[in-house]
Formats: sequence, C-alpha cells, structure tokens
Amino acid sequence: MPAEIQPTASIAIEAAAEVALEDVGRGRLVMRRFFRKKIAVGGLVVLVLLLAFAFIGPYLTKWDYKSTDYNAFLQRPSSSHWFGTTQIGQDVYAQTLRGLQKSLVIGLLTAFVSTGLAAVVGATAGYFGGWADRILMWFVDLLLVLPAFLIIAILSPTFRGKTWLIFVFLLAAFSWMITARIVRGLALSLKEQEFVQAARFMGVPPRKIIFRHLLPNMSSLLIIDATLNVGGAILAETGLSYFGFGVQPPDVSLGTLIADGTRSAITFPWLFLFSGGALIITVLAVSVIGDGMRDALDPKSNSSRNT
Amino acid sequence: MTAPPPGEPVLRVSNLVVDFPSEAGTVNAVRGVSYEVAPGEVFGVVGESGSGKSVTALAILGLLPNSARVSGSVQYRGRELLGLGDADMSKIRGRSIAMVFQDPLSALTPVYTVGQQIVEAVRIHNDVSRDDAEKRAVELLDLVGIPNAAERARSFPHEFSGGMRQRVMIAMAIANDPDVIIADEPTTALDVTIQAQVLEVLERAQEATGAAIVMITHDLGVIAGFADRVMVMYAGKPVETGSVDDVFYRPRMPYTLGLLGSLPRADATGREPLTPVDGNPPSLVALPPGCPFAPRCPLKIEVCESAEPPLLPTDDPWHASACHRTAYVAENDLKPTDVFAAPTPPPVVSEAMREGRPVVLEVKDLVRTFPLTRGLVFRRQVGELAAVDGISFDIREGETLGLVGESGCGKTTTINEILALAKPTSGSINVLGQDTAALSRRERQELRRDISVVFQDPMASLDPKLPISDILSEGLATYGVAKSERGPRVRELLQLVGLSSTHASRYPHEFSGGQRQRVGIARALALQPKLVVLDEPVSALDVSIRAGIVNLLEQLRADLRLSYLFVAHDLSVVRHSADRVAVMYLGRIVEIGAVAPVFAHPAHPYTQALLSAVPLPDPRRERERKRIILEGDLPGTTEVRVGCRFRGRCPTFATLDETLRTKCIEDDPALTSLGDDQSAACHYPTLASVF
Repeated sequence: MPAEIQPTASIAIEAAAEVALEDVGRGRLVMRRFFRKKIAVGGLVVLVLLLAFAFIGPYLTKWDYKSTDYNAFLQRPSSSHWFGTTQIGQDVYAQTLRGLQKSLVIGLLTAFVSTGLAAVVGATAGYFGGWADRILMWFVDLLLVLPAFLIIAILSPTFRGKTWLIFVFLLAAFSWMITARIVRGLALSLKEQEFVQAARFMGVPPRKIIFRHLLPNMSSLLIIDATLNVGGAILAETGLSYFGFGVQPPDVSLGTLIADGTRSAITFPWLFLFSGGALIITVLAVSVIGDGMRDALDPKSNSSRNT
Repeated sequence: MTAPPPGEPVLRVSNLVVDFPSEAGTVNAVRGVSYEVAPGEVFGVVGESGSGKSVTALAILGLLPNSARVSGSVQYRGRELLGLGDADMSKIRGRSIAMVFQDPLSALTPVYTVGQQIVEAVRIHNDVSRDDAEKRAVELLDLVGIPNAAERARSFPHEFSGGMRQRVMIAMAIANDPDVIIADEPTTALDVTIQAQVLEVLERAQEATGAAIVMITHDLGVIAGFADRVMVMYAGKPVETGSVDDVFYRPRMPYTLGLLGSLPRADATGREPLTPVDGNPPSLVALPPGCPFAPRCPLKIEVCESAEPPLLPTDDPWHASACHRTAYVAENDLKPTDVFAAPTPPPVVSEAMREGRPVVLEVKDLVRTFPLTRGLVFRRQVGELAAVDGISFDIREGETLGLVGESGCGKTTTINEILALAKPTSGSINVLGQDTAALSRRERQELRRDISVVFQDPMASLDPKLPISDILSEGLATYGVAKSERGPRVRELLQLVGLSSTHASRYPHEFSGGQRQRVGIARALALQPKLVVLDEPVSALDVSIRAGIVNLLEQLRADLRLSYLFVAHDLSVVRHSADRVAVMYLGRIVEIGAVAPVFAHPAHPYTQALLSAVPLPDPRRERERKRIILEGDLPGTTEVRVGCRFRGRCPTFATLDETLRTKCIEDDPALTSLGDDQSAACHYPTLASVF
C-alpha cells in the first residue's frame, strides 16, 4: 500500500500542488497567518501611524518643543496650540510628539535588544551546557547582583551630551538576565527532544539549531517578554529621568511629560491626557501585535488556521 | 460456543454512553457499551487508543471528570452505581471494585513508603488496628512476590523498579478482597519478561481472591493468554464479543480480522505478509451515520454507509459481531489476507551471499562508560558506569539487524554512540569503512549524510513549529542543496512514504500518529543514506497502523538498498522485519545470529526467557506454552562484575551443580559460534525451542 501510492494522481492535481508548494516555508506561512488576523494587523497599522506621527508631526506646527509662547500660559487646546500649553507656555503638541519619538524608540529598541540578548545567551548556555553554560550563567548572576539603577546613575554623567542611544543599551543591559535564565531552562529541556536530536544527527550546525528549533519553540515566552519589556523600558526611563538621569530637560520623553502632568491632571487635563493616551496606545498596539505574532507562530492556534 | 460461567454476574454494564463537551463539539467517547462479568472470570477489552476502553472503565468507577455526561447503567451485584454520590462510590471503590492503573510510577505517592500506602488501603475500608493492617500489608507484598516483604514494606516507591511497583499496585488492589479488579493496560509500560512476571502475579492474585478481572489492553497477545472472553472495541462501541477462541480463530468483524492480520508473530517460521488496515480511526466528534469502520473496510456495501450495524449474535449465540457482512464472512470463513490486501513482501537479501556484500557498519568491542560523581560543590568521581561493555557486530549492505533487549540493557547508548560518530570510550565504530575515531570535522559532517535515524515518538521527533516542507528540507539545506531543488525533492519524499505532496505546507499536529511516523521516515531518507537507525519505530503506534509502517520500511529497504539497525523491545516485530538479531543484556550481546535459528532454537538462557515471555496472539498455543519466568529485575550496572553477568537470574545456573557453577562465577563467557549463523555467550548453551 505505501511506496506505490498515487501512481495515477492526475497531472492537473500535481500541477496545482506545485503552485501551492512554490513558496511554503515557515517565514511565509507565519506571515500569511499573521496578516490573516485583523486585530493584529490593526495593531501594526496603529504602531506605524504612531511612528509616522511622532516623526512627521512636528513639521506641521510652527512651535518647537523647546520654544515658549509668552502670550499663552496654561491655555486650553486651541487653534494655535492644538494640545494647549504648559505653565511656562510650551506647546504641548510639540512636546508630546518629541516625547513620543523618544519613548517609542527607547521602548521598542530596549525591548528588542533585551529580549534578543536573553534569547541568544540563554539558549546558547542551555544548548551547549558545560563550560559555556557555567561561564554565561556566572556572568548573568554577576549582572543580577549589580545595582542597575546606581550604575546607570554613575555612568550617565559620562554620556551627557552624547547620543541617548547609549542610554537605551544601558537599560537593555540590565533587564535581560532573568529571562535569560528562564530561556536556558527551556533550552535544557528542548535539547533533549527528539527533533533536536534528529537535527543534530543530521549535521545541522548548532547556530541553526538554536535559531530554527529552540527559539521558535519558546516564542510565546519571548514575545510576552518583549511586549512587557516595551512598557517596562518606557517606565524605567521615566523613573531615571525623574531623578535627573536619562532624558534631561529641555529634552522630554513621555515619561517626563506624564510625571510633570500628573500633578495637575484634574485641573489642567491636557497636560496629562495626550502624553498618557499616547503611552497607552503604544503599549496596547505592541501587545496586540505580540498576540498576533504568537498565534501566527503557534500552528495549533485556531484563530489563524489555514482557511 | 462458550457461554460465560454460570452464576449471577458481579458486574453488569448496559448501554453505557459517555459524552464530553469540547470546543470542537461533543465527543462521543463511549457510544453504548454493554457487558457482563461473571465471578472469577477474566474479561478482556481490546481496542486502539481512542476506542473508549479506558473511559468505560473510569465511568464504571465514577472517576470521570465532572464535565463528562454518563448515561446507561452499571450494576454491581444488582446495585446501580451510576448516579451514586462520591461518598457512596468511595465505599465501593477499592473494596468491591479495585483498579490497577497503567503507570505504576504515578499511581503511587512518592512521599510515603509502600507499606504505609497499603496500610491506608486496608484501613480505609476495614476497622482494623494499625499493627494488623501492617501485618496484612506484608502478607500482601509476599503474595505478589516481593522478596523480603517485611523489609521492603518500609521502602519508598522510587526504590522499586517498574515491575515491582506494578506488583505493589496489585497488592493494593487485592488488599480488600474485591470482587472485580479492573486492570487498565497493567503491563504496557513494562518490559516483556517483567510483563510475564506481572501477569503471573495477577493470575495468582485472582486465585487468592476469586475476583473477576476486566483486562483492558491493546495487546492481543496478552488477551489471548489471559482472558476467557473478549470484547473488541472500535470508535466507542463494541464491534465483536465472544470467547477468546471464537474471536481469535473465527473473527467475523472485518476490524478484528484487520487487527489479527496486522500482528507480526514471534513464532512465525517465514516472512508472512502483514495486512495493514488503511486509514485512521474516525474522530469521535460528529460521527457520520453508518458503520464507523466503513471508510477503512474493504468489505463495505451500500448499507454500511447509511446504517450502523447493531451487535448481533452470529451463528453462535455467545459470539456477537456488529457488522452487516457477518453472514458473508462466516459463510466463506474469511481470513485476514482474504479481506485486506497484503503486499507481497519484497525479496529478502539472500543469506548465502552475506559474506560477499560490503560492510556498512562495523562495531568492534565498543565500550561506553559514564562517570559516577558525588557531591555538589566539589564533584569527585566515585566510579564508572559501563552502559555498553564491549559489544561487536556488523551490518552488511541491504540487511536489517535487530537489536533487542530490555530497558537498561544499553540499546539506546549503543545507537547514540553510533550516531554521534565520535570516538568511543574504547573499541571502534566503522561506518562505510571509515573509522569514526579518525575522522576530521569535515569528514564527520560528510559521513552524517550516509547515516540517519527514525525515532520512536512521532510527536516528539518532529518540530511542532515547523511545516513539513521545512522539516524535510532541513537536511537538504544543511548540505547545500539549492533552494529550487528542495521543493521537488520534498514532494518526491512525501510520495515515497505514501503521503500526498499537498501535505507539505501542513504542520505536524495536523497528522495522525502513523502519518507523522511516515514524515519521520521521509526525513531520514532525505539525504539518501546508506544506513538508517530505527529506534523503536513502531512501538508508539496503534496496532492497525503498525503493519503499514513495517511494510513501508521493508519496501523502502528493498527499493533503496538500505541497511537498517532496528532497535526494538518488541520481539515479534523484529522476527518479522530483521534478517539478523542481536540480544543485549547489561551492556553485552549475549546472543547474535540470523533470526530463523535464534527464534527457532535460542541457545542463551536469557534469549530463551525473553522469547518465552512474548505473548502470542493464539489462545490455544498460549494455554499450552510453559513460560520461563525470570526471577528478579535487571541488576544495577554499577557493580563490579566477575564471571557471567546473567547468572543471578539464570535458570540454567540454578540447576547446575557446584563444580560446573564455578566456571559461570569466575569466567566471563565470550560469544561462541554454534553453527549456522548463531552465536551465544554462555558456558552451557542448550538449543531449545520455546514456542
């Protein structure tokens, strides 16, 4: 019954199969499944719009985030100041956009770097075991016992005036360790699985095994971690900025704006609402995208089943 | 022909129906099961996974989750059990109806001693003092054959082997003299010699208590030797019931025929064809009208697709079958090969030419030791564990070597050593004439193309997150096959293993177990290897699916000139598929040779015991056979060994006198040829037939 199966499969069916088979492969399949999910695509659109808004928006107004309008202190939103003004006459619209720029980049980049680092280090340690594992885990433990806040505080004067991207990497460098430990644990159990053994015996190099088999099989964890990290990074930056490290005035971020705005949230809501709303929309969009990614990567999820 | 034993039945199940709500719809797990069990009778329930046999048992004991909807009736000595509250059921469970579960590891609590657990079982139903209960516990352990029962009662479950744990479970089950013992796959997780021990204990327990046993299993061999009457289940319904002789020798339902025909037999004399049952068992959600077996049945007629046949007596009032074609099958007395198409077995490579064929794999004095360490902070080596201790064999082109042995004998270590293509602890591995110890990194990578592996568990061996096309082309990509060539090769591979090429974009979970194993085989063949290591390729599959995979492997071997190293604990499959067989015990090969002589007249006492423990799907022969029951379990591999390592359990050794024994105690026997193609490592080999 096997082997000689379908000797008579018609040519038409074969041809159709050929077309369907042309571009299968995980990348395409996952993309197809992702785009089938409307809410996730919605999240992606919102995120792209936010980015566009943050970087193009400032050109639409004559106000700059640093400049002050001495004729308008604490004004409600109006035709000249779309989002209103602050106590010293700064334009809230310009400030919100500037803050959004900073926070989006800080949040997304930190989350990406931190989760990526955790995945690579954890999976490498778990997969290779032995000395690689021991050394990497010592390093992780070392970073865990260092007081992150203090170190960033001490280092930040050194970077003052230079690019704030350094700040992103500092934030990322101190937020990946716990995830790395979890990833290592998962890698330890996954590497015993027969499909990993099969790849090993087939001669697939370790680098490929880690990226093809280990990491996708823990994608739910990584995606959830990354999504949480976006919010976490934005908040961490706020905390640091509040104490005078990180983003410094006159420069602003969503964090500093919200920190300043909360005091008068009820009496002068426009100081707080726009920046707060931007933060909420950002985090929401990211989690919806993460949700969609997780479903797309998980073949068992029903919501994005093949037709 | 055989009526159930007289007397009021102890257990009467009538029209039992169990439904589970699920997201996909209602799962009709059991769709009307009726049977009666008389006192002292052994009633066998056979079926594949998903046939509803375990759910039926759980429903009888009221152990189903609350979401299950149960209707029908279950009567114990005339008392209705369905609808009883948990408190009332608890008085019946364990006391009147006891259960033995499949997995003895999870059925015992790890934090209490086995003695305490039996005491608890005794005292929960009887008002006895702790001391009396403890005495009873020791008695029970003694009854089920646990040596030094008084002392062992103070041991914890992890200090027992799997077989010993199952004995403890049986001791707990009979602690309160139940009338019915329900045994759900009690020996499935055990090795074959241990299975023989446990079945014997179960029989002894039945004699001691006079209980009826409901034996649930998928293994027709166990049923043939153990049960009086049998019920075959398919898709939640009994499809055939009768005495074992009726069902095994005069099957009337095509599904039963298919099951019997798909079983390889350890006592076969030649290579008899296996008849696979095409297709898969139906999903139990929204079954279409008609006979659920119809889509797989070669005998189906129009009415099969519109009306489900009821279970009706055949020409014999005690033999019932649920099939529209019963009369036709009975009239012509059809055999499995008449109903199901058996492929002609591909030609076997001839024995005589063995010397002339090139050697594909040669293993010489292979040793693999693992260091035993103690201490957490400062690790120090306290000894060595020799998992494989000097084994030699070779595989020539086009042949299959079966490597058999019980768990812990070193089979897995052996294949891991071979597949790693690294330098072993000592000894040598030669693949296609290349010594693996002398390989450079690049040569080793190149050699990996020629040797591949098929794993046991088809679910775990395929990456759940990769579509089939990616799984199959992974090896191709590793060896630099151009992207444009991979697609056609994937389609070719899928067709080679009997799958449709349109399956390439699906994920593993969308396939059934048998299909997944086919994908696993296709992956192993992707790089056109010369040698394929088959690690228990069919033991995780259902019986009716197994035959298809076994046939496929044989066909592929003939078509592609492959050689197989076939690792298995199922000796029947090895008898069917292998040309030569090597029997391992504690890291050594104790007997090796062509399958025909080794199975016909094994020489080593261990091989004899192993073969005699294999149940045959043949009730008459099972009744006549005398089993060689081995004492004890596999000893630990850490002890320093002098002399023959089997002597502690050896039935031959036990009969020898002092002077002859010294040789076994002092000398380690080497493999010596006994003519034909058969060698055994025993000082006093005797050729004996065990079937």
